[in-house]
Amino acid sequence: MTRKQRRMTIIGGSLAVLALAAALVLNALRDSIVFFSTPTMVAEKHVPPGKRFRLGGLVQPGSLQRGDNLAVTFEVADGGAKLPVAYKGILPDLFREGQGVVAEGALDAAGVFKADTVLAKHDETYMPKDVADALKKQGHWKDDYGAQAADKASGGPKPAATTAQGSSQGAVR
Amino acid sequence: MIAEAGHYALVLALALALIQSFVPVIGARLRDPALMNVARSTALAQLLFVGASFIALVTLHVNSDFSVANVYENSHSMKPLIYKITGVWGNHEGSMLLWVSILALFGGLVAAFGNNLPLSLRAHVLAVQAWIASAFYLFILVTSNPFLRIVNPPIEGRDLNPVLQDIGLAVHPPMLYLGYVGFSISFSFAIAALIEGRIDAAWARWVRPWTLVAWIFLTLGIAMGSYWAYYELGWGGWWFWDPVENASLMPWLAGTALLHSALVMEKRNALKVWTILLSILTFSLSLLGTFLVRSGVITSVHAFANDPTRGVFILLILCLFIGGSLSLFAGRATSLKQGGLFAPISREGALVLNNLLLTVACAVVLFGTLYPLAMEMLADFKMSVGAPFYNLTFAPLFALLLLAVPFGPMLAWKRGDLLGVTQRLLAAGVAGLVIVALVWAWTRGGSALAPLAIGLGVFVIAGAVTDIVERTGLARLPFATVVHRARGLPRSAWGTAFAHAGLGVALIGIVCETTWNSEYIATMKPNDVAQVAGYDLKLDGLLERQGPNYREMIAQFNVSRGGEALSVMTPSKRSFTTRGSSTTEAALLTRGASQLYISLGDVTAEGGIAVRIYHKPMVLMIWWGPVLMAFGGMLSLSDRRLRVGAPKPARAKQRLQPAE
Repeated sequence: MTRKQRRMTIIGGSLAVLALAAALVLNALRDSIVFFSTPTMVAEKHVPPGKRFRLGGLVQPGSLQRGDNLAVTFEVADGGAKLPVAYKGILPDLFREGQGVVAEGALDAAGVFKADTVLAKHDETYMPKDVADALKKQGHWKDDYGAQAADKASGGPKPAATTAQGSSQGAVR
Repeated sequence: MIAEAGHYALVLALALALIQSFVPVIGARLRDPALMNVARSTALAQLLFVGASFIALVTLHVNSDFSVANVYENSHSMKPLIYKITGVWGNHEGSMLLWVSILALFGGLVAAFGNNLPLSLRAHVLAVQAWIASAFYLFILVTSNPFLRIVNPPIEGRDLNPVLQDIGLAVHPPMLYLGYVGFSISFSFAIAALIEGRIDAAWARWVRPWTLVAWIFLTLGIAMGSYWAYYELGWGGWWFWDPVENASLMPWLAGTALLHSALVMEKRNALKVWTILLSILTFSLSLLGTFLVRSGVITSVHAFANDPTRGVFILLILCLFIGGSLSLFAGRATSLKQGGLFAPISREGALVLNNLLLTVACAVVLFGTLYPLAMEMLADFKMSVGAPFYNLTFAPLFALLLLAVPFGPMLAWKRGDLLGVTQRLLAAGVAGLVIVALVWAWTRGGSALAPLAIGLGVFVIAGAVTDIVERTGLARLPFATVVHRARGLPRSAWGTAFAHAGLGVALIGIVCETTWNSEYIATMKPNDVAQVAGYDLKLDGLLERQGPNYREMIAQFNVSRGGEALSVMTPSKRSFTTRGSSTTEAALLTRGASQLYISLGDVTAEGGIAVRIYHKPMVLMIWWGPVLMAFGGMLSLSDRRLRVGAPKPARAKQRLQPAE
């Protein structure tokens, strides 16, 4: 093998691996990406049932109802619209009415958001950034939410979020 | 007084770093040994002053001096001593101080033990270190000073985030930073080589131990962080593909590639340009990780606006170093002579394939981490890229890599015999296939993916064993000869075998845990029994207890299997009064490599308690793997040819001279 042929083999191999990776990424991008929405956005966009997305907003005060065997229902509101959420499992330590929450799941045929994951941060002043931004954009932001929440990203390169999981199918965060 | 002294020491360290940035470079230009030697003394003095500054901050935390803002915000007088100390780096300012302290430590180590380096190379390496250090000292002093005072000191502090009040915080960040920052050494060596326009096998021999040290710490740091998240966050997850985690995984992938390409360069004097580029990329990814974690950009692009100075400052540092080093690389790389020819099928070829797959896997992770950010910034919609994405992209690439791993060490340098190696790996391959069949039969069908992945893990482990068996001649030579050969085998060969086997062990753990973990979630009352994976867990009762700075509610479970009592598990829920928040302390019961895991939810109105019980089969193998890898790294580090600072035999010294 000449020097040139050897080089071509290596370049060819590299291109093959790169092409493989690009194909894998493009394929994965089609259906493994989860979008973030607020109740208002859900109402506007008519998200089809069964499509997974992340729902963010405030837990409507007075809406939390606990059923049998750890089933809970609550409403997520963003000032403009409300969306009922059903979840089965243990809620994170800092899940409170009136506070921010992010849930992941999909709408069912009745228009109820079936969450299999509920996220909340481990700090009582924390307002999920996604929720805060969405509320700000819609003009429902009150300064007292964010006053202390601003730079609470606590130290250490460790994820400070807890997740409550309803199903064992693996968390999608 | 202590705060001011610490602040002052940090300013002095900056001054020293600035001297170290320029004087040695000028010295190298003028070929003046005295000026070049300035680097050594300033590096050591810098270590002294940053160390003093760090100790000052620790002292302030230990003394609970709430007139210092950093202590007030992150400490509490009732906090146990260990968390007062670890709380120093449990916040932004303190962790940046730890970052520069470790940077100074590595600089000091090069200064102290780099006596056998050529004078100009050492001067350049230390100067580049000082460039990085100056930038980060400035960052701390300008935007994140941990020594700022409060005008009216409060009586009590606001306590540390309860999740961080754990022994994990004592170990995980320092380890991770030793890894991250350790790669600055290979970066500095690469830049120094580019400045000098000269690079040879001896260069690789100096760089490898430093890279290896950083890699060992990063491996352990990531594993430790993963185990910490597993037991602390209360729902048994050990890897989330969170951007913060990706930030540590990317330098690890690039660093692993660097470790292997430096090997080719050291042994065969080939892949020079690529090794230099990898050194630059690895540390750039460490910097990117620091940026992602420290600027708050990952929670959302808009979080940037909350503290624009910090984010913009680190972004500037990032652009300066990555842009600067890559420009230097572009300008100078062509002047480095290529050496060492090799056929595509050879040890070198295998290492090239390793590098290719590792860097591409790293690029995929980088894409997954930055894509949501880019989309949010450009198209203004939010999304998250999670486990499904990486399962479809990262996993296949890594499976390919693992398939190739056993072949690498068995191929000969220059021109390998793939057929011969395949024959020698036949036993390992058969072992893997037998395991696939056994697991598949045992789980009665189901997904074929899990048995295949376990078979791959077994193949990797068996391949590592085969390599050692072949090298020692076990099974074909008399036993005494085998022992003699095993003794004579370089430690790095053993290191390779352990590190590669560690990959297989971790893979088996990951597959078993994700495929066969069982979960039980319910409300339990005292004397209720939960049945999970053949275990009976009886809730005996709930009791309350007062801790140093929290109250906790403990649930006591009696665990038995088939009527035989095994153990008592006591998960608890702690509420911290100062922050008004609570944490879940999971209880773990280890059975072999598997674990039972209990975490508590809320108490219900009827006196029951929400309980989450997991059985995690083979879960511990996930962390035994990285520990094995790190052990392999240490063995390799103790290899005679890499020993740092040890007196070298005369013959070896001859070899170490740069080939000019």
